[in-house]
Amino acid sequence: MYIATARQAPAAGGTGRIAGNVLALGAVSLLTDVSSEMVTAILPLYLVLGLGFSPLQFGVLDGIYTGVTALVRVAGGHAADRWQRRKLVAGLGYGISAVGKAGFARAAGTSATAMGLVLAGDRTGKGLRTAPRDALITLSSEPSALGRAFGVHRAMDTVGAFLGPLIAFCLLWTLPARYDVVFVVSFCFALLGLLVLVLFVRDHRDVLPRVAVSLRSAFGLLRSRPFRRVCLVACGLGFLTLGDGFIYLLLQKKLDIEVAYIALLPLGTAGVYLLAAVPMGALADRLGRWRIFLAGHLALLGAYLLLAGTSGIGLLAGVLLLHGLFYACTDGVLMAVVGPLMPDELRTSGLALLQTGQVLARACSSVLFGALWTWFAW
Amino acid sequence: MRILVVVAAVIALGIGATAYALRAPDKPAVAVEAGAVDLSEQGRLIFMDEISGKVASVPLSSPGGPRRVSSLSCKRFYTAARQGLCLADAQGPLPGSTAVFVDQALGEQRRVEVAGVPNRAKLSADGRMASWTTFVTGDSYSQAGTFSTRTAIFDKQTEVYSSNIEGTSVEGIKMANDMNYWGVTFTADDRTYYATMSTAGKTYLIQGDAVEESAKPLRENVECPSLSPDGTRVAFKKRVPGDGARPWREHVLDLRTMVETPLAETRGIDDQVVWLDNDTIAYGLPGEGIWAVQANGEGAPRQLVPHASSPSLV
Repeated sequence: MYIATARQAPAAGGTGRIAGNVLALGAVSLLTDVSSEMVTAILPLYLVLGLGFSPLQFGVLDGIYTGVTALVRVAGGHAADRWQRRKLVAGLGYGISAVGKAGFARAAGTSATAMGLVLAGDRTGKGLRTAPRDALITLSSEPSALGRAFGVHRAMDTVGAFLGPLIAFCLLWTLPARYDVVFVVSFCFALLGLLVLVLFVRDHRDVLPRVAVSLRSAFGLLRSRPFRRVCLVACGLGFLTLGDGFIYLLLQKKLDIEVAYIALLPLGTAGVYLLAAVPMGALADRLGRWRIFLAGHLALLGAYLLLAGTSGIGLLAGVLLLHGLFYACTDGVLMAVVGPLMPDELRTSGLALLQTGQVLARACSSVLFGALWTWFAW
Repeated sequence: MRILVVVAAVIALGIGATAYALRAPDKPAVAVEAGAVDLSEQGRLIFMDEISGKVASVPLSSPGGPRRVSSLSCKRFYTAARQGLCLADAQGPLPGSTAVFVDQALGEQRRVEVAGVPNRAKLSADGRMASWTTFVTGDSYSQAGTFSTRTAIFDKQTEVYSSNIEGTSVEGIKMANDMNYWGVTFTADDRTYYATMSTAGKTYLIQGDAVEESAKPLRENVECPSLSPDGTRVAFKKRVPGDGARPWREHVLDLRTMVETPLAETRGIDDQVVWLDNDTIAYGLPGEGIWAVQANGEGAPRQLVPHASSPSLV
């Protein structure tokens, strides 16, 4: 029934210009990703070397924040719909994460609890902002070029993910053991991201919906068949998706890569993703987004087959290429599939619901594969 | 206009961050005296000076007094039988370690490049067997960011080097990918050792044989064992309920009776302790320096050296 209000299906044509709002959101994501990837890259070292955590405690903390994002996403999406304040909710998310970065520097000395709180805060911010941001991208773009718009956004986002660890390690290289400097610089990037959001991103505020937007109506979206189908397939595929860490570990074992260089493998994936996101988005607009989304999983399947079969430099290049293509074909493209399916007043909630399902499915599969990996000495 | 605001913010934040980075971190002052750090000078405590990051020494009779600071940079240092083992950060942007063997004047004799970040280093009492542990990140199944340990044993006499003792089989425990070893302490025969092995969320005290590459579990919930000079007791940290970054309590296990005694130190010790004599252990506490406490569970802990870690005795 909600489908009645949905926008038109993607069609060829349109001017093909990427909206300024999408570019602005891309810049925000780029800056924020520099900030958060800087921290992610050095956090384990900082906790264990700087604060004297045991690796086990780190594992527990790591688990906490995956759970937090999943919960907050739905709440953020709902709030954005209810008050039609997508920019505000997204801004709140970026703001909380920025404060979290400042918290790391001061944090909490040696208390595991305080450190856990700061981490949870940081992840709350990430959970809050994702769905409203993707809803804004949908609303700011021509429906026919939505795949490309998401491609542009994800490419910019990935540039940030690329630069973050690089900046962090270069800082630690020039200023040994000054983790605090890394956190301060990360905080500066987060602030810049927030500033660009405030100054350059325009909110799309529809009139407040006549019907009250409730959490129930958000879950009611699942009654629409097309959306339910997308959710089921996306979550099912999510469950069959090995965590990135697992793929890199298999590569390392098969090729006997020096352990120190494992950290560089994600850069290979990110590089391919970065280059392929826009072309794949445009291709999705032309050939059908759902088709490209499924094709992305074929690429992933190809990567698994390579891992099972080949070896040598071909394996390394092939797996990283296919893995990057998988991301380029699925991450933004899925949002472009779902965005137009949603009624205006529940768009953010719907995106959040789907993302939460995906996150949970991947978390389950990660735990499952982790247990298998641990118990069978492969 | 909006562009100008962003440019101004970039400049302001850039200047702020640079000023912060260049600001010299507050360094507490400690008294330093001239003189070389010598691993043959009896009665001196060797440690890592946390202010300079160099190997330093003080007389054990007045550990709070002025220290001698060398020019050798390490993360972890251990001395025995006039020899030293220094585990240092590797040069370069990627995390890695270097194990450096030094003579009594801290002159380099040999170096081994190791994966992972420095954690523990120890020599056997006669200096022949060296062992060290590093943390390796990204080596685990679930996420980038989780850790596993790598523990190496190096026999200086035969030059046999096993870079990772993960292949050691433990009686009665199924080999699994999550088996980790750390905190090796050798007995006087330079072949038998005690260490921690963890698998499936549990830690075990194992007694290993470096030649046979086999081991047997002795006890659960034991980490970072350290054998007493007379070889009769093992000090170790034991996980106890409670919050904090270091939920451990140091215990001493009598290997003859298998009775364990909690020590008077109630703060969590995350260290492989050293024995100053058969009745006293010493250990580092992050931010609080080196402390000592009686090994029989009595008395009270006392601070030996402030702004210091990684103690060992000449």
